[in-house]
Amino acid sequence: MSELRLMKGNEALAEAAIRAGVDAYYGYPITPQSEVMEYLMKANPEKTTGMVVLQAESEVASINMVYGAAGAGKMAMTSSSSPGVSLMQEGISYIAGAELPCVVVNVVRGGPGLGTIQPSQADYFQTVKGGGHGDYKLITLAPASVQEMADFMKLAFDLAFKYRNPAMILSDGAIGQMMEKVELFDPIPRRTDEEVALQCPWATTGRKRGTQKRVITSLRLVASVQEEFNIKLQNKYKEIEEKEVRCEMLQCDDAQYVIVAYGSSARTSMKAVEIARKNGMKVGLLRPQTLWPFPSKQIETLINNGAKGFLSVEMSAGQMVEDVKLAANGKAKVEHYGRMGGVIASPQDIYEALKKFAK
Amino acid sequence: MINEEIIIAGFGGQGVLSMGKILAYSGLMSGLEVSWMPSYGPEMRGGTANVTVILSKERISSPILTSYDTAIILNQQSLDKFENTVKPGGILIYDPSGISNPPTRHDLNIFSVEATKAATERNMSKIFNMIVLGGYLKVNPVVSLDHIEAGLKKSLPERHHNLIPANIEGLKLGSELIQRINLYKEAC
Amino acid sequence: MELQDIIKEENIVFKKTKLLNDKPLSYCPGCGHGTVHRILMETIEELGIDEQTIGIAPVGCAVMAYEFMEIDMQEAAHGRAPALATGIKRVYPKKYVFTYQGDGDLAAIGTAETMHCCNRGENILIIFINNGIYGMTGGQMAPTTLEGAKTSTSPYGRDVSTMGYPIRITELIAQLPAVRYVTRQSVHTPAAVRKAKAAIKKAFEYQAEGKQGTCFIEFLSNCNSGWKLSPVQANKWMEENTFKYYVPGDIKDNFKLLKNPIIE
Repeated sequence: MSELRLMKGNEALAEAAIRAGVDAYYGYPITPQSEVMEYLMKANPEKTTGMVVLQAESEVASINMVYGAAGAGKMAMTSSSSPGVSLMQEGISYIAGAELPCVVVNVVRGGPGLGTIQPSQADYFQTVKGGGHGDYKLITLAPASVQEMADFMKLAFDLAFKYRNPAMILSDGAIGQMMEKVELFDPIPRRTDEEVALQCPWATTGRKRGTQKRVITSLRLVASVQEEFNIKLQNKYKEIEEKEVRCEMLQCDDAQYVIVAYGSSARTSMKAVEIARKNGMKVGLLRPQTLWPFPSKQIETLINNGAKGFLSVEMSAGQMVEDVKLAANGKAKVEHYGRMGGVIASPQDIYEALKKFAK
Repeated sequence: MINEEIIIAGFGGQGVLSMGKILAYSGLMSGLEVSWMPSYGPEMRGGTANVTVILSKERISSPILTSYDTAIILNQQSLDKFENTVKPGGILIYDPSGISNPPTRHDLNIFSVEATKAATERNMSKIFNMIVLGGYLKVNPVVSLDHIEAGLKKSLPERHHNLIPANIEGLKLGSELIQRINLYKEAC
Repeated sequence: MELQDIIKEENIVFKKTKLLNDKPLSYCPGCGHGTVHRILMETIEELGIDEQTIGIAPVGCAVMAYEFMEIDMQEAAHGRAPALATGIKRVYPKKYVFTYQGDGDLAAIGTAETMHCCNRGENILIIFINNGIYGMTGGQMAPTTLEGAKTSTSPYGRDVSTMGYPIRITELIAQLPAVRYVTRQSVHTPAAVRKAKAAIKKAFEYQAEGKQGTCFIEFLSNCNSGWKLSPVQANKWMEENTFKYYVPGDIKDNFKLLKNPIIE
């Protein structure tokens, strides 16, 4: 039976983790996402579902605890905010290199460095273009509501296990801290050890005599072996790009100009589109729910249907705009509008930028 | 069609955020879409606090706004900051205690509710914010008293449910205390 | 009697454990790693816990430990083995988990992970190979390198005034209340090997009890290639020098300190 509640984004995410049957949360406190661990510690799911919640000594340790549990086939996750996620990049690269499923949540704050604790989207590059070392990709989900904070938790694990790939939920301080109505999905029981062993034959659950041992590693010392693995990864990424793009399009059917925005920027942009429509502008909103894979084909289709320009609205100096440009491939005007450092552009600001852009 | 965009602003500790939360919960109880967006950051500690609450029949676009249908103002700094953000024809409610420069806009429906005074007199400082909320709901009954009660039940931990009657009393008191301020009359 | 008549099952007096495969070890001849691998796998086999054991390999000379050990294993990033072990043990409290780490991995880059894992008393076994040098990368100074010892990054000898003192991390760890068993062993003589194996057995038996409490075994080892000595000379040098600073023996047992860990 689903349940209706008023919750903060961070709380909804934590509650959804318990309901999704997650086995372990390993984390380290950092503003503005400490509510996640606080909620979990208070809920004490170890007593109900058996989910482990552990405060680690650092983000470095938390991601490596996730690595261990994920390698043993369990649903493991961590959450942090920008500076903490920077510390996790080593572990994330190893997890990608060992092809393990896990979920990392980044409630982004302004940077670089210690930056601010206010919402930002300046970790886009870090998330979808790399972050750690080596050729790898993170399945990246961008929730724009408290409801999606809950729903994407389950989706992220589904995708992570489907492709044996780490998934990132890229949120921001605004979505994390705001309260909205949320319909919580019914709890899914945690898998038993037997189910884990059956579903994840690759996992280190203890080698049965007479069977092959399982080794979780990202080390491939011979160049040709490493390349073969890289090719395999790239093929997997291609499949994800073909099958897993998710986005929402609002009022795009007749739109001459389209705002592209995710997360809380998509919410303020939605209002900007309302204002623009009231003022007779034919504008729409493309809201990527997956940042990688990116909805490039959808942008191409919009251009074929008559869209003349795309305004990428982000709380950064302009990062996603590069992917919009790649997708538009010179066939439409593409520009960026955004504020930085934790400053949120208001719907009115975005509308003004849109008017200027459409001139 | 309900689509009410509200800013509640005052000092940290005046119950600004919780007033917004109760309002949002009550909206949820009456089947509305709701959003509650606090201002946070350095302002959170000791200084001013404000929260944007939206109650709507339809999907809420931006939880972050720059203009509002209603402003509920509990200190001078907040009045200075938000008076000009209320839409023409909108509502501005304030508690006169601590306000030395009252609102001056002629295109608003302005009300005062002497909540601080009433709460102090009755030794009910904990429900100060409910008196203010009661005033607002008298002027604009976006949610019913039943929904507020249901919202309180849902938002308060069980051990605090004994406080619900006092909160309801505060709401009723607020609805009696609220007064329209006629700027034209005062000017005459 | 022909040779073929002697090679019979009933005549076998020593057999390599099934948990080590036939791949040639990647360690230098005479290095302690091979012996520790053997007694570790022998113990796991003898205890019959191989189907429930998960090992964590480090970054360092033993980075490929999983190539030789025939049990389920994970390879950690440099220094992070205790975090992986924590992650696994917490979701599989009934399985046996051990880490296998060198001095750079455990006592330098992974100090935080090691200390906090032990401070939480994770019910795992940490195996710490201390040879006082970075073997894999070609003989650089380790946190445990003795004062005055020459390495490629301390070519004039370790100067403690600028490079710090050789760290007795095992004694530090023994101080943590959640740590159950701490011992310093070596594998340079048959007698030492027997004692070392008994220590590993004790640690796994403690782990079997399911109580919180970390077991920590340091193995003093030579690095004959890094020290530029023959295996025999290296072992002798170790006895004469290393053993004076890192004194072998039990330090803590069943949560009780056996001697003052501060050694002058």
